[in-house]
Amino acid sequence: MQPLEPIPRRARIALGILFFVLFVGAWAIATLGGFVSPTFLADPVTMVKDGVYLLTEQGFLADIGVTVWRVVGGFVMAAAVAVPLGIAMGAYKPVEALLEPFVSFARYLPASAFVPLLILWAGIGELQKLLVIFIGSVFQIVLMVAVAVAATRRDLVEAAYTLGADDAGVVRRVLIPANAPDIAEILRLVLGWAWTYVIVAELIGASSGIGYMIINSQALMATGQIIFGIIVIGLIGLVSDFAFKWLNRRLFAWRLA
Amino acid sequence: MNELEISEVSRVFPGAGGRPPVVALQPTTLKVARNDFVTILGPSGCGKSTLLRIVAGLDKPTTGAVIAGGREVTGPGVDRGMVFQSYTLFPWLTVRENIAFGLREKRLGEKEKWEIVDDFVEKVGLRGFEAHWPKQLSGGMQQRTAIARALANDPRVLLLDEPFGALDNQTRALMQELLLGIWEREQKTVLFVTHDIEEAVFMASRVVTMTARPGRIKSVTPVDLPHPRHYTVKASPEFSALRLKLTEEIRSEALAAAAEG
Repeated sequence: MQPLEPIPRRARIALGILFFVLFVGAWAIATLGGFVSPTFLADPVTMVKDGVYLLTEQGFLADIGVTVWRVVGGFVMAAAVAVPLGIAMGAYKPVEALLEPFVSFARYLPASAFVPLLILWAGIGELQKLLVIFIGSVFQIVLMVAVAVAATRRDLVEAAYTLGADDAGVVRRVLIPANAPDIAEILRLVLGWAWTYVIVAELIGASSGIGYMIINSQALMATGQIIFGIIVIGLIGLVSDFAFKWLNRRLFAWRLA
Repeated sequence: MNELEISEVSRVFPGAGGRPPVVALQPTTLKVARNDFVTILGPSGCGKSTLLRIVAGLDKPTTGAVIAGGREVTGPGVDRGMVFQSYTLFPWLTVRENIAFGLREKRLGEKEKWEIVDDFVEKVGLRGFEAHWPKQLSGGMQQRTAIARALANDPRVLLLDEPFGALDNQTRALMQELLLGIWEREQKTVLFVTHDIEEAVFMASRVVTMTARPGRIKSVTPVDLPHPRHYTVKASPEFSALRLKLTEEIRSEALAAAAEG
C-alpha cells in the first residue's frame, strides 16, 4: 500500500461497512458459539429482540427523544455562551488574560463529578441534566474557539485595516467569518462529548432517557437491552455527525473549493 | 505638493531574550510627489518592507513621522491602500466581494458599490471570475484581485510590498504591465517595494535603493523612460544602463549583507 494514496469512493464505503460486519460477526461467534455466558453479554439476535421489545412495549422512543432533547438543550446553552466568549477571548488579549487561566482550570473539572452537587442545587429535574451537559461542554468550547480565533492569519487582519475596517469591523468581518468553519468543527467535536455527559447524568437520579433505561436494565440483567441502548447512542451520534459535516460543507464551501 | 513625506523615520526592534535590539531602519527621509511612482529596491532584510508598513500605519516608527496628505500617520487608513506579498484575499469572499470589502466599509450605496467593483473587475481582467473564491484562482489572479481591492477604495497612495514576488517570471512581467497601464491611465501615487532590479526600473519614475541592514536610503535614481511603457523598453540601451547602475549598487549591499550573515 502506498502511503496517503486516495482510494475510490466505493471501495472506501465498502471497507467502512466491512468492519461493522466483522465486528458483529466476531460478537455473534463469541456469544452464539457459547464462548461467552449470556449473563454477561447478550448475542446479536437477543439484542435485536430486546430492542424491538423496548421500542414497541416500553416506549423507548420517548426515552430517546428525552435524551436527544437534553443533549441538544444543554449543548445549545453552552454554545450560546461559549462561542461569543471564545471569540472575545481570542480577539481581545485583556479578556484572554482575564479568563484564560480560569477556563483552563475549569476545563479539567469533570462534569460527572458535579452530578451530586447539581442534584443538590437543581434537584433531579431537567435543569440538572442540562447543567451537567452545559458544564461539560462550555469550557471546552470557550477554550478551543479562543485558540482558533487567536490564530487568525495576521495578514488578513492587516489587509482589513488598510481597507478601512475599524476594530469592531475586523472582529465582525474577518475574525468571525475566517474562523466560522473551525468553530463549526469544534461544536461537532464537543457535541460528541456531550453525549457522554448526558448518559452519566441519566445514570444517576433520572426517571427517563437512554441512560435511565440502561441502568434499569442492569438491575434486570438484561444485557441485550443495555447493548441496544449503547448502539442507539452510537447511531444517533453517527447521524448527527453526518448532518454536521454535511451542513459545514454546505455553509463553508469556500474552504473546499 | 508632496502626497507623502517620510521624515527621519527609523525603526528599532527590541531584542528578545536579552539579545541586543535590532536596528531595521536608520533615520530615513523621502518625499513623494502626487502621482509619482517610486520603487524601493534593496536586498532582503534592508528594512524596505518595514518602511512600507510604517507608511501603511501597520507598524510604528521608533523616531520620525510620516505625513500622508498633510496629516500625520497614526494608524492604517483608507487613504493608503496596500497590496501584500502574501495572498491576503479573504478566502470566504468571492472575487467580487473581496473587491467590495472596502467599499462596504465606506457604507456606499449598493448600486454605486457594484458599479465600481465591476469596473475594477474589468480593469484587472477578471471578467468571468467574479464569483470564484480565492482558492480557485492562480497566484497572478489573486494578486490582480488584491490590486483591484486596494484601488476600488480610491486611496491617495497605493503601497505595494513585493506584490509579484511569489509569481513566476512570465506572470510577473504581465502583472507589471497591467499595473503600469492602470497607473498611466488613472494616475496614482505609488510606493512599490521590490528586490527585483528590472521590475524596479520598469515600473518607476524614481528608483530608491537601500543599503543592507540597518537600512537607509543609498541613492535615488530618476527613470526618464517615456510612457506608455511597453515591455520592449526592457531591451533598450537606456534601460540596460539603468539596470547596470542599480545592479552594481545593490550588489555591493548584498555582498555586505552576506558578509554579515
